[in-house]
Amino acid sequence: MKKAIFAVLLSALAAAPSVQAAAPVAKAVTPADDLKLYRSYFMKKFPGLPLDGYANGVYAIDRASRDGWEAIEEFPPYEPFVEEGKALWNKPFKNGKGYKDCFPGGPAQNKNFPYFNKVRKTVITQELAINECLQANGEEPLKYGKGKIASLLAYMAFESRGQKTNVEITPESLEAYNKGKQFYFARRGQLNFSCAQCHFQSVGQRIRSDILSPALGQTTHWPVYRATWGDMGTLHRRFEGCLEQVRAAPFKLQGEEYRNLEFFITHMSNGIPFNGPSFRK
Amino acid sequence: MTNIKTNALRWGLKGAVLFTLILPLGAPGPAQAAEAGATTPPPGKEIAFDRKLGNCLACHAIEGGDSPGDLGPPLAAMQQRFPDRAKLRAQIADPRKFNADTRMPPFGAYKILSDQEIDLVVDFIHKL
Ligand code: HEC
Ligand code: HEC
Repeated sequence: MKKAIFAVLLSALAAAPSVQAAAPVAKAVTPADDLKLYRSYFMKKFPGLPLDGYANGVYAIDRASRDGWEAIEEFPPYEPFVEEGKALWNKPFKNGKGYKDCFPGGPAQNKNFPYFNKVRKTVITQELAINECLQANGEEPLKYGKGKIASLLAYMAFESRGQKTNVEITPESLEAYNKGKQFYFARRGQLNFSCAQCHFQSVGQRIRSDILSPALGQTTHWPVYRATWGDMGTLHRRFEGCLEQVRAAPFKLQGEEYRNLEFFITHMSNGIPFNGPSFRK
Repeated sequence: MTNIKTNALRWGLKGAVLFTLILPLGAPGPAQAAEAGATTPPPGKEIAFDRKLGNCLACHAIEGGDSPGDLGPPLAAMQQRFPDRAKLRAQIADPRKFNADTRMPPFGAYKILSDQEIDLVVDFIHKL
C-alpha cells in the first residue's frame, strides 16, 4: 500500500511539465494536484493528526520525543536570539532608515515569503529581502545560515506566530516551482538519496536514532535552535545538512536551487500556521 | 537482542539465528588504519558499524549495534535468507539490481566501500 502511494508520487513527478517531453500525452500536473496528493499520502499515514499539527515536525508523530521537546519549549533556548533580533530590527541604519522602511507591515512578515518576483523572474525569500534591504541602504549584507540573520529571523518569526503559510503559484512561477519539485525528488550524493525518500517514503521510520519528519510542515517553524548545532540556524542551513548526510555537494545558501526548493516545499505547507522560532534535536 | 530475532522472523524468516560475533580487541580502528595509509582494512564488523564506512546501523538492526534505524530489515539469520553468498554480496554492492526503487545505497557501484571492504562486510553479515 505504502509502496503504491509512493509510486503515484513518483509518476506524478514524471508528469511534471518540465519533463513532459518524454510523455507528451500525460495530463499536466498542477501544484494544486500535488498538494492534494501529498496531503492524502500523509493523512493516510497519520490518521487523526490535524493539518496544523504538522507544524511540529517529528514531534507531531512521535509521542516519546514530543514529551522532551515540550519540556524544552518551556524555557526555550531560542529566547535570547529573539531578543537580539528585536534589537537588530530596531537599530537604525547609518542613513537613519531601518528595516521597517523595507517591510512596511512590520516584523510579522512570514506569511509574505517566499514569493515569486515576476519582473526579476526569481523566488524572493525573507533572507534575500533582508539583505537587499541592507544593501539598498548602504549597509553590509549579513552572512546567510546563522548568526545575526538567524536572530533577526527569530524575532520576525516570533512576531509572525499564528500567520498561515500562503504560497501562491502562478503561471509565471510554475517553472521555479517545478525546479524545486525536481530537486526534492531527485536522487543525489554518493548515498544516492532524494529528499522524498527520507521525508515521504521513510517518514516515521528511524535512520539510526533519528525519526524522519514529514515533508508536510517542514517550513513553518524556522529559524530553529538545533541541539546538534548548539546554535540557531536557517532553513537553508538545514538543506545543507541533509545534503551532507547523503554526501552530496551542497549548493550556495540563498542560491537559486535552494530558493526554488524552499518555494516548492513551503507551498506544500499552505494553510499551516507559522510557529517559529523552534527547537529541534 | 531477542527483538532482532523476532523482527527478523517477522520479515518472513524461519530458523535459528547464529550469533558468532567477537569484536577483535586491539585491532586498529578504521581511522587509524586510514591515517597510516595501511592496506589492511579493518574487520568486517567495524566496516559495517563505522558511520563513515558501511554505517549499516543507520538502517538495519544488527546484533551488537546500538540504536539502529529501521529503514531496512534486521540483519539476522542471513544464511537462511541468503544461501547464495554471491547474492548477498550483490545486494550490498548494488541493491538497485533487486529493487530499482531501493533506499539502500549502492556501496560498490558508488564506491562507498572498496571491493575488499565489501568482501569483509559480507563475511561478517553472512555469519549473522
Ligand atoms: C538520508 C536521509 C535524509 C535525506 C535524504 C534528507 N533528509 Fe532532511 N532530515 C533527515 C533527518 C534525519 C532529519 C532530522 C529529523 C527530522 O526532523 O526529520 C531531517 C530534517 C530535515 C528538516 C528539518 C525538519 C524540522 O522539523 O525542522 C528539513 C527542512 C529537511 N530535513 C529537508 C530536507 C531536504 C529539502 C532534503 C533534500 C535536499 C532532505 N531533507 C534530505 C534526513 C534526511
Ligand atoms: C540508508 C539505508 C540503508 C543502509 C545505510 C544500508 N541498507 Fe541494507 N537495506 C536497506 C533497505 C531499505 C533494504 C530493503 C530492501 C530494499 O529496499 O531494496 C535493505 C536490504 C538489505 C539486505 C537484504 C535483506 C533481505 O533480507 O532482503 C541486506 C543483506 C542489506 N540490506 C545489507 C546491508 C549492509 C551490509 C549495509 C552496510 C554496509 C547496509 N545494508 C546498509 C537500507 C539500507
